Amino acid sequence: MGKSSSGPIGLYIHVPFCRSKCPYCDFFSLCGAENLMDDYTGCIINQINFFSEKIHRPADTLYFGGGTPSLLGGRRIARITEAARRAFGLNGAEITVEANPGSELSGFMEEVHAAGVNRISLGLQSANVEELRLLGRSHTPCDATRAVQSARKAGIENISLDLMLAVQGQNKASLINSMDFCAGLGVPHISAYILTLEPRTVYWKNRKSLRLPDEEASAGLYLTTCNELEKRGYHQYEISNFAKAGFESSHNLKYWHCEEYLGLGPSAHSYINGRRFHFESSLQKFLHGSAPVQDGEGGSFDEFAMLRLRLAEGLTDSACRERFGMPIPGRIRRAAKFYESCGLTSCWSGGFRFTPHGFLLSNTLTAEVLFALPKTPSSAPYNT
Amino acid sequence: MNIPRKNIRNFCIIAHIDHGKSTLADRILELTDSVPLREMEDQILDNMDLEREHGITIKSHAVTLLYHAENGQDYIFNLIDTPGHVDFNYEVSRSLAACEGAVLVVDATQGIEAQTLANTYLAVDAGLEILPVINKIDLPSAQPEKVRKEIEDVIGIPADEAPCISAKLGTNVGEVMEQIVKDVPPPKGDGNAPLKALIFDSYYDSYKGAVAHIRVFDGTVKPGDVIRMMSAGGEFTVVDCGYMRATKFEPAECLSAGDVGVISASIKDVREARVGDTITLAANPAKKALPGYRPAQPMVFCGIYPADGAKYPELKDALEKLQLNDAALSFEPETSAALGFGFRCGFLGLLHMEVVQERLEREYSLDLITTAPSVIYHLKLTDGTSIEIDNPTNYPDPSKIAEAEEPIANAHIYTPKDYIGAIMDLCQERRGTFIDMDYLDTDRVDIHYELPLNEIIYDFFDALKSRTRGYASFDYELSGYKKSSLVKLDILINSEPVDALSFIIHSDKAYPRARRMVQKLKEKIPRQLFEIPIQACVGGRIIARETVKALRKDVLAKCYGGDISRKKKLLEKQKEGKKRMRQIGSVEIPKDAFLSVLKLDE
Repeated sequence: MGKSSSGPIGLYIHVPFCRSKCPYCDFFSLCGAENLMDDYTGCIINQINFFSEKIHRPADTLYFGGGTPSLLGGRRIARITEAARRAFGLNGAEITVEANPGSELSGFMEEVHAAGVNRISLGLQSANVEELRLLGRSHTPCDATRAVQSARKAGIENISLDLMLAVQGQNKASLINSMDFCAGLGVPHISAYILTLEPRTVYWKNRKSLRLPDEEASAGLYLTTCNELEKRGYHQYEISNFAKAGFESSHNLKYWHCEEYLGLGPSAHSYINGRRFHFESSLQKFLHGSAPVQDGEGGSFDEFAMLRLRLAEGLTDSACRERFGMPIPGRIRRAAKFYESCGLTSCWSGGFRFTPHGFLLSNTLTAEVLFALPKTPSSAPYNT
Repeated sequence: MNIPRKNIRNFCIIAHIDHGKSTLADRILELTDSVPLREMEDQILDNMDLEREHGITIKSHAVTLLYHAENGQDYIFNLIDTPGHVDFNYEVSRSLAACEGAVLVVDATQGIEAQTLANTYLAVDAGLEILPVINKIDLPSAQPEKVRKEIEDVIGIPADEAPCISAKLGTNVGEVMEQIVKDVPPPKGDGNAPLKALIFDSYYDSYKGAVAHIRVFDGTVKPGDVIRMMSAGGEFTVVDCGYMRATKFEPAECLSAGDVGVISASIKDVREARVGDTITLAANPAKKALPGYRPAQPMVFCGIYPADGAKYPELKDALEKLQLNDAALSFEPETSAALGFGFRCGFLGLLHMEVVQERLEREYSLDLITTAPSVIYHLKLTDGTSIEIDNPTNYPDPSKIAEAEEPIANAHIYTPKDYIGAIMDLCQERRGTFIDMDYLDTDRVDIHYELPLNEIIYDFFDALKSRTRGYASFDYELSGYKKSSLVKLDILINSEPVDALSFIIHSDKAYPRARRMVQKLKEKIPRQLFEIPIQACVGGRIIARETVKALRKDVLAKCYGGDISRKKKLLEKQKEGKKRMRQIGSVEIPKDAFLSVLKLDE
């Protein structure tokens, strides 16, 4: 087991409220529970205070995810941020709020900016009206433009837009159009997620009648994204994340660097003092102060390597040495070298990374690289 | 037990599979009050779960029962239950040799089947008094009179007195008991002559060592005696002897001529107490052993490997333990480039092979990969030497082979006449040579074929069953070797030969089998990070090919909000799954794939 990091942690707040449920989304959220927002906010603040006394470590990122955090309203976001600042310092912290471009956001942006929020993540998904309709989204590309303008007007320049890949009706041209739309707005960060069918979603229930791009087409759309965003100055730093230099999400990088974070709110996950745990996906339980579920020890080499290999910086000897006191094991390095000839990895003397082709196959490729079978030995391992 | 020799009856029950042999044995046990009712479980003699499930008897069992007959006298019934399968013919013949009589059970709904005849002939050869019994008369489709006639016509023994019984319900089983008293002759023998005792079964007991089931023909044996195995040669001091009662061992002061019982003598290995060997006293040995001993001869071979390579020592240990009880099982270490370390195992036949595999998996919780079964081929080489091959790995370069021979079996298939066509098609496909066909009655026939043994050991039983809806029965014995045109079929995965998938096959069968194998492998090998060609080749020439396409997309795109549990679970599953994979070059092949090519459905 590697040493646990003792630096500043990340803070994640899961906001489990939505106006309506998107048919592809399986994140925990409730519709029509607005009456519980004040209780929820109070409960989050209590938990912030409780954990800060337990952990005694500062935080340098804060992220409001959801759900639809903007639905909580600027004042509640501000109260939580204020409590977090008192408890965890948040000196020079990156503070992100996810927002739904479908609603009027100018007042909201002013309020959260005043509270210290300096990064906004907008769920654009697509700049194509038909694709948005098929995704069950009620906003238009114009709404997104207005949301970006509101953020900027309030003083928030660090804006990220989410895109979805391999959605119904999407083709290479419409995808490039969506990317041009984002680039045209001049935002410094884009996340582009390949649509995954998740159980317990409307999409899953209707999966037979959905006309999603097939495996081959999805792969093509993903590679196009990597390529075209690179051309537009967004370098890929994670499987699904692209940024202009210096605008990578510090908070999300903590996950992929296997650094520690505290997640509060129903369904939020934490990794603190070497232990992983999560709150159950139930607002009622959370409001009643139900204790989080323990998920055991975190930070094993496999976990570390798996997370690192989501990043363009890849797995490096120096990172392994710093964390585990040893360079990348030889068998892993040899396996990585083998897949370089297939175009799936890129190796250098101090480490290796997955290429976009490799990212596309990262589930299998990670296992192949980390757990490569030894060749059948040539001598008997036991007395026979 | 103070009962004179004239009141001892040593008998067995012979029957085709499922004709009710073990059920009748259960009823006999009840009628002799040998088993308290609460301990009565169906088919109590079939100890192994496997035997109960398959409805077959794999090991011989012998029990000593006390019967109070209608004439007021007490009798000792030594009931020797025999295996009902052709693989164990030798064991059957030794069990029969321990008896004076045989109860022949024939199913009133099925009539005479392949093994009914095979076993009856063995019993007649052994000079036993045959008592036919017609069973299952409780079933609506029972035709006892027709079956009675069949017994007389086909087997040629009188059946007018054959009791019609229902072993299941117990109907008329008492009649069978009285016939045993009346018609099975008491054992002969001289209690004062030098000891001659036949081992008809042995098993391993962790406290006593090898325990032999014996029938004493002459002389007497008691604890303290030094005994000698006349074929194996070992000498041992008898620790105890006695009777195997239905539920427990009952010690005796001695075992004398006519007795059936068990004997233990701190024998460490069942191979020192082989079935068929004769026990005598070292101090006063018999001049001649009892006839009929032969060491077990494996006919079918396959490689057995642990699915998880690290379980090799466990597999070795399990095989050694099984061999303690099964002198017919042979094994030696073998290495496969594809499967790593395992064992080349030899079996009496297919059933024996299946039983051993199932016991390894169940009783020892091992996950196994087995290679295609093989028979022993005789090859004459161009340099004039001859070799025997049971492993495709050792198959020589074809240019060095002058002539090849394969084992041939004499096969009898008993079937209702409706299926004659289907069976002849099957036998023809399996390169059979038709010999002749006899009508057993107006409806049923005995089809006699010569079949190459290597055609039987694949899925012949399954094919026969499915084509005759289970109505046909089948029996075979090895009849010799015949000249044949053999080739070795190799499978290449990603251009690497996979030794564990090679086999020796008749040249006419190579192409269709190759096609089926590559198709099946394509289904079973999961798509991987690159394209994988699967090729079948004979002598360097590719005769079939399929391709497993490469994966294109396999990614959890969204891994954020700190919830890495899914990715972690997947990774753990993948890590675990690796244990069930075998690496061939750069390709991983699931254990499944190796097994699937052994069962290529028609």
